[in-house]
Amino acid sequence: MLDFLGLGTLDDLFETVPDALRLASGLDLPPGRGEPDVLAEMEAFAEANRARSDRMVCFAGAGAYDHELPAVTRSLAGRSEFVTSYTPYQPEVAQGVLQAIFEYQTMVARLAGLPVANASLYDGASALIEAINLGVAASGRPLVWVSQGVHPHWRAAAGTAAAGTGHDLRSVPLVDGVTAWPAPSEAPAPGGEPGVVVVAYPNHLGCLEDLEPARAWCDRTGAVLVVAADPVAAGLLRSGGDWGADVVVGEGQAFGTPLGFGGPYLGLFATATDHLRRLPGRLVGETVDTEGRRAYVTTLRTREQDIRREKATSNVCTNQTLMAVTAAIQLGWLGTSGLVELGQRCAVATHYTRDALLALDGVEPYAEAPVVREFAIRTPVTADVLLERLADDGFLGGVALGEAYPDGERALLIAVTERRTRDEVDRFVAAVAGALR
Amino acid sequence: MSAPGGRATSAPLVGREEEPTLFELSRPGRRAWSFRTGGFPDRSVDDLVPPVHRRAHPVDLPEVSERDLVAHVTRLSARQFSVDLGAYPLGSCTMKYNPKVCDAVAALPGLAGVHPAAPASTVQGWLALLVELEEALCAITGMAAATLQPAAGAAGELTGLLLMRAWHAAAGRPRSKVIIPDSAHGTNPASVTLGGYEVVTVSSDERGCVDMDALHRVLDEDVAGIMLTNPNTLGLFEEDIARIATAVHDVGGLLYYDGANLNAILGVVRPGDMGFDIVHMNLHKTFATPHGGGGPGAGPVAVAERLVPFLPGPRPVRTVDGPLGYGWHTPARSIGRVHSWHGNALVLARALAYIRVNGADGLRRVAEAAVLNANWLRRRLAGTLDVAYDRTCMHEVVFSAQRLRRDHGVRALDVGKRLLDHGFHAPTVAFPLVVEEALMVEPTETESPETLEALAAAIEAVVAEAASHPASVTAAPTATPVGRVDEARAARRLVATFDARPTPEG
Repeated sequence: MLDFLGLGTLDDLFETVPDALRLASGLDLPPGRGEPDVLAEMEAFAEANRARSDRMVCFAGAGAYDHELPAVTRSLAGRSEFVTSYTPYQPEVAQGVLQAIFEYQTMVARLAGLPVANASLYDGASALIEAINLGVAASGRPLVWVSQGVHPHWRAAAGTAAAGTGHDLRSVPLVDGVTAWPAPSEAPAPGGEPGVVVVAYPNHLGCLEDLEPARAWCDRTGAVLVVAADPVAAGLLRSGGDWGADVVVGEGQAFGTPLGFGGPYLGLFATATDHLRRLPGRLVGETVDTEGRRAYVTTLRTREQDIRREKATSNVCTNQTLMAVTAAIQLGWLGTSGLVELGQRCAVATHYTRDALLALDGVEPYAEAPVVREFAIRTPVTADVLLERLADDGFLGGVALGEAYPDGERALLIAVTERRTRDEVDRFVAAVAGALR
Repeated sequence: MSAPGGRATSAPLVGREEEPTLFELSRPGRRAWSFRTGGFPDRSVDDLVPPVHRRAHPVDLPEVSERDLVAHVTRLSARQFSVDLGAYPLGSCTMKYNPKVCDAVAALPGLAGVHPAAPASTVQGWLALLVELEEALCAITGMAAATLQPAAGAAGELTGLLLMRAWHAAAGRPRSKVIIPDSAHGTNPASVTLGGYEVVTVSSDERGCVDMDALHRVLDEDVAGIMLTNPNTLGLFEEDIARIATAVHDVGGLLYYDGANLNAILGVVRPGDMGFDIVHMNLHKTFATPHGGGGPGAGPVAVAERLVPFLPGPRPVRTVDGPLGYGWHTPARSIGRVHSWHGNALVLARALAYIRVNGADGLRRVAEAAVLNANWLRRRLAGTLDVAYDRTCMHEVVFSAQRLRRDHGVRALDVGKRLLDHGFHAPTVAFPLVVEEALMVEPTETESPETLEALAAAIEAVVAEAASHPASVTAAPTATPVGRVDEARAARRLVATFDARPTPEG
């Protein structure tokens, strides 16, 4: 091939790279190794993780849940036609991914109780950021009220993004586990009228809160209501759309994606038709081909960065398509009855665990508001210490609430999914009792 | 498990029939789900969830058996092109083959089954893996430290711009503009806007590189920095990069390296040595992690020493004291989180495996073969299509179909569609914007000489056909699961969910 190009050596290929810049002695990395050697090295990393769900019983949640990963979902979502394909820019050879996304969009829209869902965003945090950007653009006001019940990491990421957009994010505190919105009589509202109001359902403490006050503030001010909803709890609970949300965002990891140390996950995003032209990311629409056959294609493309450039609604290009396809498969596996069953099993197991823990000496509820699939407790020892003791007993005991909440260092957030059994929970409660003794 | 249903036939493959949606395959009462036996005492949900919060009706989802579901999704997969099936000469996208050993890594229960909030003492393996990946990426790019949080290239871009912003703010001199070349990816200007900066576009010169005179005209002390892709989106190395770096640094600006095309220079030259301050990488391009039909990616951002205190946190680090080898650390002036957790961790693990298998020597060979393949195609097709900038290219080459359009009414888009009938994915068309009727071809290092020859022959055949039977080319594709789709109709009468479909008559 070099002869064909009239070149003497491979180095000649890089003739346009100035000599002074070129690496003299190669990269400072070890030489390549055989695949079995590398797999062994990676297995050693894996072995060094004690907190793996097949060896440590998982009671941690906070947006990342140990739900069932059925063989059928793993097998189908692992098909290389989905795994190794590119963004469906050539729809004639991408109908598989496009139709799967279309089905995903339909399922997410139904979960959210809103008419449109996009083809995915990176994770819950990125979905929240895009919702805030949409809301500010729609309302024309950069003041954003964010309930402290929204995941602390999502709030942190939204704060990072706000340094660029200039949006003014104001935290609204939780009192007794629910958001203490400013009283309607307080006028004008603190900091002016919000353009966006963000609330979580259930919130980060697992608590269910009435979304009417948030909706009322939006009605009064014309703000956009963003609800960060747990899509598993959504099987039992009123949808965001039903509460009057303009945008529903969420973390879709629960639908077939492994814990994976936090990624890749799935940002869920659904909205009302009024906001279509501001929708971030890709959208798949149904159309026909030249012979009138049903076909799918990415649509309303003029919103997107590759066409609209600096005026795009978002900079998102690569998203989390494979996780969206996975979620569509998992939601197909669950079906109507399975999603209800999943929610019920989580709720029953969660309440059983909560009741048993609260019966222990020194354990108190962190908040009294009703919970459905996750709850927080206050313990006499710090959460970090408790978690270490429980890990030694084979339990990932929850997530420390940490500095994001008052007295959070002694508070533990506990999730009980449908994968937990009564025997596991009984042993867990005994381990907590032992650890507190 | 319920009785089977659905239609378990391969009709879409042999008959090019429509595949019904899962909603149409749904039959009341069928189910696929199966859960562990929990053994908890029965309790009614009505006792557990207050009525005001209960939904009135269950979420309407497809009701199918496992067999229905498997047949449906498998039929969908048969309507999908992928790297495992054939070559994707998509310029700028680096659709290389994804080694299967990396799939095995991502599936390890000790990696895939780990909760992201587990205490550091219980995730030492993950922390070590991430630290080692960061070190490898820094060695490859010539930078001091990196954040692994950004989930994709565009997220990396925004992270880099926010780092730029924090750096200028800390120096007490906030600035307002970021320069990008007219050949840049669309994510660059979109990210600049989200970073709170104004886009200033600088034109390319007749050689396809940044026009130095134009650059000097826009450089002033209000410029926060410049975003460059090098080699650029025309597949050309910016030979003046050292002069560009000096000019931008002289006005106090920073240089941002868009790593979309890093594949071309692995082990040859490093962004840090070119003078870049901030570098993002697309692990789903350069480091062979699969694209997943449009994601997940991973877009780590590496920075020069002076920007390290601003990196997103918490970062996985080696600990200097204490009983653990690894822990978390948030830098003093961190811009904050840019991800819900720690980034697309399983993608990161795949990338480290790829780097380890290749090593220093293998990565250099990756760049050599990628550039060799692109130049071979450039030369091989020089008599067939016009080469936009006919000089030694890097990993990709941009052709122009302008003559085909003028003489026969055949556009670059049509050439791409006809290539689908030949079994190849289309090249990138209509980008970069600075070339009329662009066909941007990036063969990558993983395609064989035989595949390259077959691709070249297919392109030759399509170009010949464009002259002899242009209507066959503009009517393409015809051998695909569906013919050319009506994009205008999709936008005009939007049907973005099954529920938005017009109700069938009767």
